[in-house]
Amino acid sequence: MSLDNFLMMRHELVLTLAFLIILVAEVFTGEKKKEKFRGFAVVLFAVVTAIGMLPAPEGTLFGGMYQAGRTTTLMKNILNIGTLIVLIQSFTWLGRPENRDRIHEYFMLLISTLLGMNFMISAGHFLMFYIGIELATIPLAALAAFERYKNRSAEAGIKLILSSSLSSGILLYGLSMIYGTVGSLYFADIAARPSTAALTILGFIFFFSGMGFKMSLVPFHLWTADVYEGAPVSIAAYLSVISKGAAAFIFIIILYNVFPVIIDTWQKVIWVIAVMTITIGNLFALRQKNMKRFLAFSSIAQAGFFLLGFIGGSKLGMTTVIYYALIYIFTNLAAFGIVSIISERTGKESMDDYDGLYRTNPKLSLTMMLAMFSLAGIPPVAGFFGKFFLFAAAAEKGFYVLVAIAVLNTIVALYYYLLVVKAMFINKSENPITYFKSDFMSKLGLAICIAGIVVTGFASGLFEMIRNLSYGI
Amino acid sequence: MNILSCLVIIPLLTITGILLVKDARQARVVSAIGMGIQLITAFIIVFMYLSERKAGNTDQMLLMSSYEWFSSLNIYYTVGVDGISVAMIALTSIVVIAGVFASWEMEDLKKEFFISLILLATGVFGFFISLDLFTMFLFYELAVIPMYILIGIWGSGPKEYAAMKLTLMLMGGSALLMIGLFGIYFNSAPDGGELTFNIIEISKITIPIQAQRWFFPLTFVGFGVLGALFPLHTWSPDGHSSAPTAVSMLHAGVLMKLGGYGCFRVAMFLMPEAANEMAWIFIILTTISVVYGAFGAIVQKDLKYINAYSSVSHCGLVLFAILMMNRTAMTGAVIQMVSHGLMTALFFALIGMIYGRTHTRIISEMGGLMKVIPFLGVAYVIAGLASLGLPGLSGFVAEMNIFFGSFEHPDTFHRVATIIAITSIVITAVYILRVIAILLLGPVRDPHYSEFNDARWYEKLSILALLTGIIYIGMIPSGLSGIIRDSIMPVVEKLM
Repeated sequence: MSLDNFLMMRHELVLTLAFLIILVAEVFTGEKKKEKFRGFAVVLFAVVTAIGMLPAPEGTLFGGMYQAGRTTTLMKNILNIGTLIVLIQSFTWLGRPENRDRIHEYFMLLISTLLGMNFMISAGHFLMFYIGIELATIPLAALAAFERYKNRSAEAGIKLILSSSLSSGILLYGLSMIYGTVGSLYFADIAARPSTAALTILGFIFFFSGMGFKMSLVPFHLWTADVYEGAPVSIAAYLSVISKGAAAFIFIIILYNVFPVIIDTWQKVIWVIAVMTITIGNLFALRQKNMKRFLAFSSIAQAGFFLLGFIGGSKLGMTTVIYYALIYIFTNLAAFGIVSIISERTGKESMDDYDGLYRTNPKLSLTMMLAMFSLAGIPPVAGFFGKFFLFAAAAEKGFYVLVAIAVLNTIVALYYYLLVVKAMFINKSENPITYFKSDFMSKLGLAICIAGIVVTGFASGLFEMIRNLSYGI
Repeated sequence: MNILSCLVIIPLLTITGILLVKDARQARVVSAIGMGIQLITAFIIVFMYLSERKAGNTDQMLLMSSYEWFSSLNIYYTVGVDGISVAMIALTSIVVIAGVFASWEMEDLKKEFFISLILLATGVFGFFISLDLFTMFLFYELAVIPMYILIGIWGSGPKEYAAMKLTLMLMGGSALLMIGLFGIYFNSAPDGGELTFNIIEISKITIPIQAQRWFFPLTFVGFGVLGALFPLHTWSPDGHSSAPTAVSMLHAGVLMKLGGYGCFRVAMFLMPEAANEMAWIFIILTTISVVYGAFGAIVQKDLKYINAYSSVSHCGLVLFAILMMNRTAMTGAVIQMVSHGLMTALFFALIGMIYGRTHTRIISEMGGLMKVIPFLGVAYVIAGLASLGLPGLSGFVAEMNIFFGSFEHPDTFHRVATIIAITSIVITAVYILRVIAILLLGPVRDPHYSEFNDARWYEKLSILALLTGIIYIGMIPSGLSGIIRDSIMPVVEKLM
């Protein structure tokens, strides 16, 4: 193995190294030092993220099973940034007495998940993809059940592992059908032997169902609300943003590289699923009072918006999906961050408890307002740019009816996002959440998210860079 | 640094200034200074524009500058003005400063109020100077959200309901508009070449007629929601009445003109063929707006509701005139935009001042105010006379142009529509004069009225700023029409 080959896999190698360091460090960390370890782990991960940003060679490894390119590197870097923010946000929660002795576990599990996602994105062969997706999912179920003393958490873990096992099984079945028609599982081979046989399409449908589960598309979304509500807030955040983002990335890569032949089929499928996802996600979000469930349904609707980027099969489509994923990471992590801060301090998770928050905690309210506006797509925050370009990608290929449905749904979405703003700014309350000072790490996490939300939209250089690294069918 | 961009930068600096002051009472002083500078800048721009024209510059848009933004999508930050934009900028700057002075006594969360108000103004100014559809849309949406906060926190009556209804309906309009803009953008290079968002460049090509038939109604209705097009005007009465004074002034006075301006500059300018084909549908709707708004005003008991319905009627007249697509009518439309803007701002300001004293907005509960607060009373009478189109005031000039222009069409359909629209003048007279009679004249209703103060210095400033504009346009119409005259022609020529 030459140095080039090493560097090609540097994301995965550095993550594995970090995993091993944490594993070994656990043995040597005494009882009293466990809390300090959190800081060390976060710094370690920041180093991992930084190493990821260094330039690296492109190419394939393991006979084509692993592909490294500048696009996949970009995607992995985006996921790293998101995970770093999640780690910063989970800092305080990890310091709790019941979590203190399992800090190492948390970091190791999270890193394994991320490792799985990295392999998934770099796959050049469906088995590598499958290994990645399984490695990404199983530790997540353990993380969802992390809070051992809460029923809800255990419920979330069980629901997640059972649903993902079923969907993984279906995914694998679909992959086996595709193998049956083509005779190979390499992406390049499947693309080189275009086949529109019924078995291929059936295999594709099953594959789509597996991916739909990961992305919380309707009708594969039933696990989302309960798992987000039960899991610890940072894991819910991670699921909603990183897991979804990674699934979106690999989905678009596979659709563009492996299935361009049956584009008519998958455009129709995506059309229907997008409409269902956005509409149902919105309709259910309208009634939610629990902030975590609210954000769960909101992220289901947002997953539907991602689909609008895929449907055209164009370069602009991939650009806008990656761009929106980045913006969505900052936005959703800001929203979850605030929910987690308030939940930490006061244990309150209902929208009614947020009444009158502006009078007591103005900065927190303003941050939440910016996050809500970004989710709704209101200028001048980045969500506006993200949504506009996403819809433009769909309109480019003539899907105006879909854009119309999506755009009208954003109005419905605006209503429920404004409900949060209304609660904080307009509603009066006799006993609002009292003023508190957040600790440094929470503030840092929120600050990074806010900087992302405000800057990413206006900084056109970012968009252009992403566009240069994207490709279409 | 282009002077037009100053119109966006000065408000942002004002907001920074407000954030930095220690005492909340100083927020209003900072706002007044900032918006005062903005007013001066606006008039400097007017003079620069006029001197360029006098020097013989016949470009459609002057004072242009352009910065590349998202180069792969051909999105630029392009700014430029013509006569119509300049008139609207002048209007906005007057109304904003009048609004700041009318809010001098704001008590609750002062800093946040002025920040939101000026953010709203930023969106409006940005909209009027933009020549790139994306940038224009960005500023358009920017102007909607502060409305929710302003009405929801500082409003009165059913404020949460009104704020939510207003925000959702206006965002619904911008949703339709977004689809229309995509349609325009992706059809902006029918003969190959690059797609563009730039309005001037799109106006030079012809968008395929099939596309126009879909996207013209979407764009027109999208802007029309803001311009109170029937039947999508229902956000207006509750919205204006629940809003605090300065917000009503800004909204009815300026934001509703964004709708008219957008219909003019985007929908009709860029898609003239479809405009010609489909104008008749919208003429019917706008005629209904004009008459319905006026009738709606007659039955109202609350001063603000009367003014809100009156605004629906007058803004409907703006859209009506634009759809007539000839020079006289369109000149009338622009004059009506400026005139009504000043007029309705003045009305809302006065209503706010009267409410501050009598603590009621129901007309039948008040009477004889002319005797106790003569300054406000006379101002109200002048505003009322301008609204019903008395010669010598701006309303007359606008309505003359509009109805002469619309009557130029010889066919029955247009003539009948014109006649129906003209009846609104009489109906306006009814509700205006009735309000003046009950509210201002007659016996003094309540002995406590004699304790009222007449207009204070900041209220006088607010009123005089607006009155000057109304009287100037009324007495010297050639001033305003001289500014806008050359700019109407390119649009009219496209529509012929």
